[in-house]
Amino acid sequence: MLVIETAGLTKRYPRVTALDELDMSVGEGVTGLVGANGAGKSTLIKILLGLVPATSGTAHVLGCDVATEGKAIRSHVGYMPEHDCLPADVPASDLVVHLGQMSGLPYPAARERASDVLRHVGLGEERYRPIGGYSTGMKQRVKLAQALVHDPRLVLLDEPTNGLDPSSRDDMLSLVRRIGTEFGIAVLVTSHLLGELERISDHVVVIEAGRLLRSSATTDFTHATGVLLVEVQGRTDANQLLGQALVDAGLRARPASGMVEVDVRNEETYDVVRDVTVELGLGLVRMQERHHRIEDVFREGGAGSVQPV
Amino acid sequence: MSSPSDALPTARPAGVIHDIGYRPYAGPRAGGRAVAWSLFATGLRNCYGLGRSGRSKVLPMILLGLMLLPALILVGVLVQAKELLGLDEHIVPYSVYPITTQLLISVFVAAQAPALISRDLRFGTITLYLARPASRTTYVLVRMASLTVATFALIGSPLLLLYVGGLLADLPLGRETGLFLAALFGAMLLAACLAGLSAIISAVTTRRGLAVAAVIVVLVVSYTVVATVQGIASETGDDGVAGVAGLFSPYTLVNGVQVLLFDSPSGTPRPPTGDVLGVLYPVATALVIFGSIAAMLWRYRKVSA
Repeated sequence: MLVIETAGLTKRYPRVTALDELDMSVGEGVTGLVGANGAGKSTLIKILLGLVPATSGTAHVLGCDVATEGKAIRSHVGYMPEHDCLPADVPASDLVVHLGQMSGLPYPAARERASDVLRHVGLGEERYRPIGGYSTGMKQRVKLAQALVHDPRLVLLDEPTNGLDPSSRDDMLSLVRRIGTEFGIAVLVTSHLLGELERISDHVVVIEAGRLLRSSATTDFTHATGVLLVEVQGRTDANQLLGQALVDAGLRARPASGMVEVDVRNEETYDVVRDVTVELGLGLVRMQERHHRIEDVFREGGAGSVQPV
Repeated sequence: MSSPSDALPTARPAGVIHDIGYRPYAGPRAGGRAVAWSLFATGLRNCYGLGRSGRSKVLPMILLGLMLLPALILVGVLVQAKELLGLDEHIVPYSVYPITTQLLISVFVAAQAPALISRDLRFGTITLYLARPASRTTYVLVRMASLTVATFALIGSPLLLLYVGGLLADLPLGRETGLFLAALFGAMLLAACLAGLSAIISAVTTRRGLAVAAVIVVLVVSYTVVATVQGIASETGDDGVAGVAGLFSPYTLVNGVQVLLFDSPSGTPRPPTGDVLGVLYPVATALVIFGSIAAMLWRYRKVSA
């Protein structure tokens, strides 16, 4: 089932075009939304929540039109903003209960769910202390908890790993993955760090300058490239020898950072590589298919400002 | 060798917390009205520090106590010494009480309006509210309603104490009820004016400390200036100047409206009279209340989600 669908979605501000005829669709599971800073990710999220009107085009979230049914959308969607949004003088437990009520939960249910989601995001006894004294990682957890408190069908997470140290980032990413899989809540998560989304997303949408650059399953991005990486050892000029022998055997081969890259023609290619290596008296250390990474899409697309990790 | 767990293979370990995983919510979800009510009630409680830190309860509770204390003393005097002093009415009339305690009321709104209004803007918490079903307009109106009702409770509770005390002292029931209800109406108007003005100041300044200072300055300074001008005007017998000056402080403004509408006892030396002021006072009051609501709605339209 599609949870988000846009058609010709355009948002123009007086001086910039944030979204330009964007057509995209997002299904269940975890979807990564990638784009450089200023690519239009946050604008898209605000339009999807029905908070900012689009200049033209349409968008549907959970089957509701963002232009007319914003209220219905917001009661079933959780939103974790990118920037700071937590009051300093309130304990996390009180805030999450209150925001649960603001999403329409009766008080007893809001209390129960707040305590549940705070446990899920990994906030222990510190939930009873004012948020002002929290670390960035704890604040991000509270922001995530408030997005989940009303058991939404979709959560929009805007840069959830922003400002986190590597271990907190790993925690946050596995939490996001769990939300999409175990919790059964559809997730749209934005990041400008590709490696992160590669790890947790089922599907990746790449936008650049408000336009769709690519949208496909993560496995398509990282599919096999039809290139074999061969690592051998035994002699100092082993790579050179092997490369030449492979070319002589009629294969396309070239050196690549201490290894040899071979184009796979068919199943026999693997045998040829093995045989040639044996004939040369070299030790075959590794034969590995080379995979794409999402960042290659950007190299092809020319979006140079995105930082691969 | 057998371990304890082999002895009772079917027994489950006691006292273990099980991770029951994520539980979806299938219960009822309230509509817009219940959400607005919950926002209102929380805001109202927060104005008196309830549901906030212990420290934030101190000021509003002290102010409420200080508001009630003079009323308590006045009632005590009335009940004990009514015959002795030959009293047949309240020593301080209902309609004059708020103007007498204006400093306390100003401090209350100056402390609570920024806590309620500036906080959400300063910390960006407004985003979390806007991402939920309630609309911007609902949020603004409900926040202002919380502040208004909290202020009304502060102004109205000593009036209630005076009223009950007056009845205990056998003041005439009909007359007292009329005066009391008129004063309650005035308290409502005053609360709305003060809440509106302090809300818009808090929404514009956003920094809490700055907002507190700004509200104090606007309310206290305006009252002091008006009282001074009216004092001089009453010495020189210049009723027109005194009347016009009264328009510039919410306290004298609302007091004037009560004098004009209900012929209530005036809290200023020269109450407004005449047709022109008779129109100007209610119009100015309406302008302050509805103007501040409109200004708040306009201000929040500029708040990005």
